[in-house]
Amino acid sequence: MDTNVADAPEIANPSALQHHFENAEQQRDASTIGMWSFLLTEIMFFGGLFLAYFAYRQAYPLAFASASLKTDLWLGAANTTVLIGSSLTMALAVHFAAIGKRQLLVLFLILTLILGGVFLGVKAYEYHDKWVHHEIPGPHFECEGCVDAQHTQLFFSLYFGMTGLHASHMIIGAGILLVLIWQAYKGKFTPDWYTPIENFGLYWHFVDIVWIFLFPLLYLIDRSGRGLT
Amino acid sequence: MMEANSFQLFPDQASSIASHVDALYAFLVLVSAFFSLLIAFLIVYLVVKYRHRPELGPPVAQHTNDHGPGSMILEIVWTVIPLGLSMIMFAWGVSIYFTESRPPADSMEIYVTGKQWMWKIQHMEGAREINELHVPINRDIKLTMTSEDVIHDFYIPAFRTKSDVLPGKYTTEWFKPTKLGAYHIFCAEYCGTKHSGMIGTVYVLSETDYNTWLGAGSGEGSMAEQGQSLFNQLGCGNCHPSVVNNQNGRCPNLVGLFGTRVQLKDGSNVRADESYVRESVLYPQAKIVAGYDDIMPTFKGLITEDGMLKLIEYIKSLGTKNGTMTTATPLPVETSASPQPSTHAAAPGKTAPRTAQTPALQPQRIQ
Amino acid sequence: MITAPPVVREKKNYLNAEEGIMSWLLTKDHKRIAILYLLAVTAFFIVGGMFAVLIRLELATPAGDLLDSNTYNKVFTMHGVIMVFFFLIPSIPAIIGNFLIPLMIGAKDLAFPRINLLSWYIYMLAGGFGLFVLVTGGVDTGWTFYTPFSSSYSNGYVVMTAMAAFIMGFSSILTGLNFIVTIHRMRAPGLTWFRLPLFVWAHYATSAVMILGTPVIAVTLFLLMLERGLHIGFFDPAYGGDPVLFQHLFWFYSHPAVYIMILPSMGVISEVVSTFSSKKPFGYTFIAFSSVAIAVFGFLVWGHHLFVSSQSAYAGMVFSVLSMVVAIPSAVKIFNWTATMYKGSVRLETPMLYALGFMGLFTIGGLTGLFLASMGMDVHLTDTYFVIAHFHYVMVGGAIMGYMAALHFWWPKITGRMYSQVWSKVSAVLVFVGFNLTFFPQFLLGYLGMPRRYHVYPPEFQVLNVLSSAGASVLGLGYLIPGIYFLASLKYGKKAGANPWGATGLEWQTSSPPPTENFEITPVVTTDAYEYSAQEVIHVGH
Repeated sequence: MDTNVADAPEIANPSALQHHFENAEQQRDASTIGMWSFLLTEIMFFGGLFLAYFAYRQAYPLAFASASLKTDLWLGAANTTVLIGSSLTMALAVHFAAIGKRQLLVLFLILTLILGGVFLGVKAYEYHDKWVHHEIPGPHFECEGCVDAQHTQLFFSLYFGMTGLHASHMIIGAGILLVLIWQAYKGKFTPDWYTPIENFGLYWHFVDIVWIFLFPLLYLIDRSGRGLT
Repeated sequence: MMEANSFQLFPDQASSIASHVDALYAFLVLVSAFFSLLIAFLIVYLVVKYRHRPELGPPVAQHTNDHGPGSMILEIVWTVIPLGLSMIMFAWGVSIYFTESRPPADSMEIYVTGKQWMWKIQHMEGAREINELHVPINRDIKLTMTSEDVIHDFYIPAFRTKSDVLPGKYTTEWFKPTKLGAYHIFCAEYCGTKHSGMIGTVYVLSETDYNTWLGAGSGEGSMAEQGQSLFNQLGCGNCHPSVVNNQNGRCPNLVGLFGTRVQLKDGSNVRADESYVRESVLYPQAKIVAGYDDIMPTFKGLITEDGMLKLIEYIKSLGTKNGTMTTATPLPVETSASPQPSTHAAAPGKTAPRTAQTPALQPQRIQ
Repeated sequence: MITAPPVVREKKNYLNAEEGIMSWLLTKDHKRIAILYLLAVTAFFIVGGMFAVLIRLELATPAGDLLDSNTYNKVFTMHGVIMVFFFLIPSIPAIIGNFLIPLMIGAKDLAFPRINLLSWYIYMLAGGFGLFVLVTGGVDTGWTFYTPFSSSYSNGYVVMTAMAAFIMGFSSILTGLNFIVTIHRMRAPGLTWFRLPLFVWAHYATSAVMILGTPVIAVTLFLLMLERGLHIGFFDPAYGGDPVLFQHLFWFYSHPAVYIMILPSMGVISEVVSTFSSKKPFGYTFIAFSSVAIAVFGFLVWGHHLFVSSQSAYAGMVFSVLSMVVAIPSAVKIFNWTATMYKGSVRLETPMLYALGFMGLFTIGGLTGLFLASMGMDVHLTDTYFVIAHFHYVMVGGAIMGYMAALHFWWPKITGRMYSQVWSKVSAVLVFVGFNLTFFPQFLLGYLGMPRRYHVYPPEFQVLNVLSSAGASVLGLGYLIPGIYFLASLKYGKKAGANPWGATGLEWQTSSPPPTENFEITPVVTTDAYEYSAQEVIHVGH
């Protein structure tokens, strides 16, 4: 690994190179390895919840199946589409950053934010609906018509825990998006340096993938053969 | 015998497994002492022999591989030998553990309920104790335990056994006392304020002394009898037949149920053990028997853990999978000069718990 | 090793480069951040130590005559929480690792200096929650927070304490992340993986455990907080939950956590034993890979904490055999360190005294771990004082001795001063003797059956308890004295040169204390580590 400073390629935006790095390539590599390592930690973080889910679903399959029917399949499916769409817009934003199209970059970042907002809005509606039907775990919990009602509360605890954790990751992502949109608008990102956009893209895709696992596990347990209820 | 202030360096060996555990301990101590002393000796020896002597200059570098001194042979030796020794420790430990986790089939059963901060013990014959456990010597004894609140642990150091005691679940522990005396019972899972006060004593008595003790304590009838009272009071009999060959079609027959494999509605099967009975009473919808509907109500809040154990004893007394009485027969209770007939295995299909002689129990909160 | 001789700038180093409190609180210099950690961690060690004093004072008599039950339960809980989360886990990585890793690999700083500072602030925030709990009445669940006691029955500040540990986890994760990226990407030219000092290997393995394990305790505490705060059921049977699930989730992190605590110490021992034998470590590759093996296997053994919990015997068997296997790489290290001294030139300076003490005490501690890994033996010993003795042997006799060795070894580099050699050796001996007297009797107490977390105990256990408490007073003294001579050295200590111990390693090629940018010119590495033949052994003046 030759790091003779004199040989470093011309850096279009020298102020972006931090003092402790030898060159831009090293800096970019460091950021990327850092982001992937962070995503590893996120996998372990959500992993604990998935473990709890699998343990209880295995113990009380009837309760889980019947409680899952209380989730709204259409809203969940719509949200899945919205989120995948936001991953598409994010990927496009990264692409436009790489080729230097500032206005398109800003546009697609904004679209990502909007789609993320739609997702969160639908989620809020679902949560409210659960509140109205007393499906929030706690002293007033009821699961109307559920099989093995004593254990359906576990399903809902996990439902709120997992989607809540996911939603909080999206809210944090939305906050970061706002900052990135502002910075992109100000022209901070160039084809030579757009690492934050790239790394945020990784984060956003990860959040999307978590949802892709959550959706079938929470919404689709016992839907086959039941028609579109 | 346990004396209040006597200092000991080593605990009493009072159960059949204790000497086995102590033998493994001796092996572990020997191996540990050997390697600790070896390392200590080597350190002292090398520090002295190769102490820094300025007149000699720095040591000559000796390389046997690219990155410094080393020896593949040594690495192999000091990997394989510890591995071999630890595998002995593993296998020996497993063997003891498996013995400890498989109570012999004809073990005498005693029920333990732990709660903050006391132990409630129920003998099948009906005797009850708090923080004390009387057992006869040289008999296999199996404890079935549950907690009313948090996790506890029933530990008898002299027997070398312990097991966590969990809420919502039954755990078991068995031992065979081999030495008369009184030994500590400790709670060994931190459970709050008076965790260190949740202690008791196990009294190992001779067979005759135990019978005497047992006879003195059972005023309410055996656990199975009390369980039958509960069964009636809670109205279980309205649905569940408890007489052979009486199928009313709505609810599974409980005779000969305990210990068998039950087919469930979703295709799986489960063994009808203590946990299954408990779950069926408290969470009936969790496992629906094949061929039956989901109509059983829950009795959560209507029965205590102690009561649950009595109910379980009653259901056990309705016969195990061989159609005979549970082989853990209660000892004959001698209350007068005339000896009671011994309760051996009844003829298949015949169930005969004695009719309840207990005074009417209070309804609602059933003990 | 480096292509130009080190130029020691007159007086300008990282300590005096900038003045004022804000230059410290907003620093991005990994060396200053290490000092910030040193101050905070030391403060927590003192608090945790005071709780230890209270425990041993109470246990000198069988009756509960010093503290009432609830207070005692809070004291041992806080002792555990503070020592595990606020002392042992950050100690070597956040102080010594932060300071040294960039120096050891010839870099100017860690990969993410601002994240490094952020991790300190997160640590302080977590500490704030912890102190809040201390001051408002404490928590009494034990540092293990077992449910349903912690979620439904405890009267203490469970959520706050869980929050403190939860937040601390993020500090740990960020430190680990920083180390991994730094070691991967910022090594000086020519510094291949197998030329790295073993200290760096140890921290690499530690960092992998940090980033993979810590999130699991985070989510576990998160669920515990939800259950306790909102009465949402996960672990309480009253809600259909399973308390043993909590134990699995908790120990999935907390077992690897103990390897987070010991691996850095082992890295220190490699450096110290090698330096004070003036010899390359014997079996370098094996020591390096054993760190990785410990990290990997460390994730596979958590169930050995659950042998009597109603876990299936078959699962238990798997955990038992793997727990035996995880001990082997540690044994390999002990043998390799011992062999390092063979035909070396051994000097018994203070860091070496601590390192040798580590080797002896960790051997005992590790071997007693085998007792607990053996299932049938564990049934008798689990939840007794045997376990307490075992983990104090590895954590205090091991990890903390390694930490003391590190402080004594790199103090001249960090501060530019030497400390009193006489007093430091006296303390090392006091610590060794006091430690053994405190904890060896506890093995015997455990086999006799004295359970842990007991406020009162039967009178026949008193003799051993008194011995233990007496030892604790010696141990406490052994820890107090360094506080004095280290502080004194800052003003009165002899100024240290670049390499007072005759060690190898890039950190010794720069001045003591180092300049802010670490090296005038980025070093280029052309040889393996630990090339003592090129060094002159320099005597330390007394």
